[in-house]
Amino acid sequence: MKHDLSAKLAGHPFVQGLSEDHIKFLTGCIANVKFMPGEYVFREGEPADLLFLLRSGQVAVQVYGPGRGVTTLSTMGAGEIVGWSWAVPPYISHFDVVAQQMTLALSVDAKCLRAKCETDPEFGYQMLARMVKVIERRLTATRIQLLDMYGSHR
Amino acid sequence: MAHIAELPNVLNDSDPMIPRLMRVVKNRPETSNTFTLTLEDPDRIPFKFEPGQFNMVGIAGVGEVPVSVCGDPDSPMLVVHTIRAVGAITDALRRVVPGQFVMVRGPYGHGWPLREAEGHDVVIVCGGIGLAPMRPAVYRLLQARDRYGKCAMLYGTRTEKDILFKREFMRWRTRKDFRFELTLDRGRGVWRGNVGVVTDLISRLDVDAPNTIAMVCGYEMMMRFIVSSLIAQKLDPSRIFISMERNMKCGVGLCGHCQLRGTFVCRSGPVYRYSDIASLLPVREL
Amino acid sequence: MSALSTDLVKVLQRSELGWLLAILRDRGYTVVGPTIRDAAIVLDEIASVEDLPIGMTAEEGPGGYRLLPRSDDAVFGFGVGPSTAKRWLLPTSRILWRTRLIDGTLTVLPEVAEAKPVALFGIRACDLQAVDILDRVCAGGCYADSHYVAVRERLFTVAVDCADPPSTCFCTSMGGSPAAESGFDIRLTEIAGPPHRFLVDPGSEAGSAIVDALQAALASEEDLAARASQAGQASQRITKRLDCRGLREILERNAENRTWDEAATRCFACGSCTMVCPTCFCSTTKMSSSMLTGESECERQWDSCFSEQFSFIHGGSVRESTMSRYRQWVTHKLAAWHEQFGVSGCVGCGRCIAWCPAGIDITEVASTIRRSDVAAKRPTVGKEH
Repeated sequence: MKHDLSAKLAGHPFVQGLSEDHIKFLTGCIANVKFMPGEYVFREGEPADLLFLLRSGQVAVQVYGPGRGVTTLSTMGAGEIVGWSWAVPPYISHFDVVAQQMTLALSVDAKCLRAKCETDPEFGYQMLARMVKVIERRLTATRIQLLDMYGSHR
Repeated sequence: MAHIAELPNVLNDSDPMIPRLMRVVKNRPETSNTFTLTLEDPDRIPFKFEPGQFNMVGIAGVGEVPVSVCGDPDSPMLVVHTIRAVGAITDALRRVVPGQFVMVRGPYGHGWPLREAEGHDVVIVCGGIGLAPMRPAVYRLLQARDRYGKCAMLYGTRTEKDILFKREFMRWRTRKDFRFELTLDRGRGVWRGNVGVVTDLISRLDVDAPNTIAMVCGYEMMMRFIVSSLIAQKLDPSRIFISMERNMKCGVGLCGHCQLRGTFVCRSGPVYRYSDIASLLPVREL
Repeated sequence: MSALSTDLVKVLQRSELGWLLAILRDRGYTVVGPTIRDAAIVLDEIASVEDLPIGMTAEEGPGGYRLLPRSDDAVFGFGVGPSTAKRWLLPTSRILWRTRLIDGTLTVLPEVAEAKPVALFGIRACDLQAVDILDRVCAGGCYADSHYVAVRERLFTVAVDCADPPSTCFCTSMGGSPAAESGFDIRLTEIAGPPHRFLVDPGSEAGSAIVDALQAALASEEDLAARASQAGQASQRITKRLDCRGLREILERNAENRTWDEAATRCFACGSCTMVCPTCFCSTTKMSSSMLTGESECERQWDSCFSEQFSFIHGGSVRESTMSRYRQWVTHKLAAWHEQFGVSGCVGCGRCIAWCPAGIDITEVASTIRRSDVAAKRPTVGKEH
């Protein structure tokens, strides 16, 4: 079972290039999870105690507003991660994340991650470097969305 | 600089500035501000064009605008244009009704490198109205599917209401031999598809870079982001093609309006090999 | 086409110059030559030698042009004025087509403008070079301007050597010379004398036929020597320079040079330079319709890259600032032209300098950019030293 989990973890792009020791350590913090369509991965305001490495399916980052209903801000699928609030105090989720399809993921225990980052700076750097890459991509995408440039607007 | 040596014949090739009058067969709204005109030549003269080429379309007494041809290149009896109403001329075109006549000159310029792409994987990336100039290329790829490797089209648009050719696109999506991906900037209510910019779809794509040709169409600023995502996927800039928009006025390189450094977009473009003009795109107001 | 041979050069006395005009008119040519109008020497239809600006010259400098009497009665004792051959080859406006209701059916009727045979009498070497450039632009690509081709095929040129080029001229930097060396049907050289005379040199078969019809005397060795020495002196008088070495590459890599901003603070974006330039060819089309009949027409008109609408794409202009429009004009002329047409778009006639209300000098701008070339300053842009 543990061996199976470790193979799944090693195949995820998020941990590419991580040392064997670090992968081994991470394996101790993860669990195999599955979400059915419509099931929430986490909700706005909840403690961000898990990071999800998506293996298949698709999840949507959403926000609800009275009179507006639900707005989907972005969607994510296999090979991507959701839940970066684990790394930033006060460790609270900002959005709802809901599965749109049957979604398989590995959940990583955030407390376990944070403790390891504190005690093992090399591991901490590797984690943050990966997070920065994800954040950079999402920020750029958000900026492009902000430009609303499927047409020219003047 | 042009990737196709010869330019195809135009209507009225004795004088390319003289328009033909074409009868409106259909004028159908697509989205809140786009509409599709289906035209036919009253003398039933077939209209031959290459995907990616454009026509000058207008109304006598009002004016003419460059619009890419977006019908099926294998159905030459109909001339199809999908147009966004953004000014006086396009507004006037939006109001035409079947039986009326509009003026057509063309086809002009160089289109998509469909011949060069034979034997390769093809990635098409487009945004918003940029789907229209791509549609004839999709028809060609589907029609000669066995001549190409893996094919994918990534299309981004603002909201569900802005999806161009929605029914057709949804039909394309059911194909097993051609991947069609759609993403919206904002998903409202029951939308179950992708939300995010079209560049997100590129990073999710499994690309065999040395064997892939990319064709990109959309607003210039967005094409720059798309191209940089493609290059991040290891695509060579010489294998990326983009369609440029400038003020094409005569369509035949004689009036000077659409000059882009050492080229006229109407003649060398509108489709350019990205590596040929990469250095020009960041220069403001060129 | 170069001059056939010096032994075909004839000589016309000043009093006989009218013969040449008469023969041209007799052969059906509309003779267009320099004449005084609106305080300038312009090109227009001339009926006789008396229409030419005899004994007049024009003082030209940055932002200035002034007619002055000469101390002699030279017929061609001036430089170039504001009009150029393009007015005949590319008319300022021309109807392309009209629509008519014929038996209730809307029909597009192409308007075929008459291409009258025109003889340009007294065209300068720089303007001949400009016609050669226009040939590439309007007839050298995959689509030709049919009206241009029709006028051009019937065009007859009587070139005149510049004896007294003004300070704005720099043809010698652009591969030209004040004396006409090629591209003409007839070359005239005015020699002040005494005796006041003209050497007449055919440069084509059509030119030879006209020169033969003159039945003029053969030019003497002395005449030919006078022509050569005059050409040499005129060349020496041209001191303005445009350094073309590597200029195309320099301009291309200096799109963001501050010199453009500086020039733009003076530029009014009036487009005057594009109107007087002998190679500027840009045009637009305007459509109009009659409220009465519902019939419409499409007119082609000169346009200028200095206007805001010129680069309009839906929503706005690509070139919003004056800086970008001035840069567009200069870099097109001196750089992009090479890629598009295989030559520079500038012949060094200096009109844009004289007719710029701000006196902006294209040669100074080009040399300032050369001096502040980004590549010369930062040879490894983007890399650490």
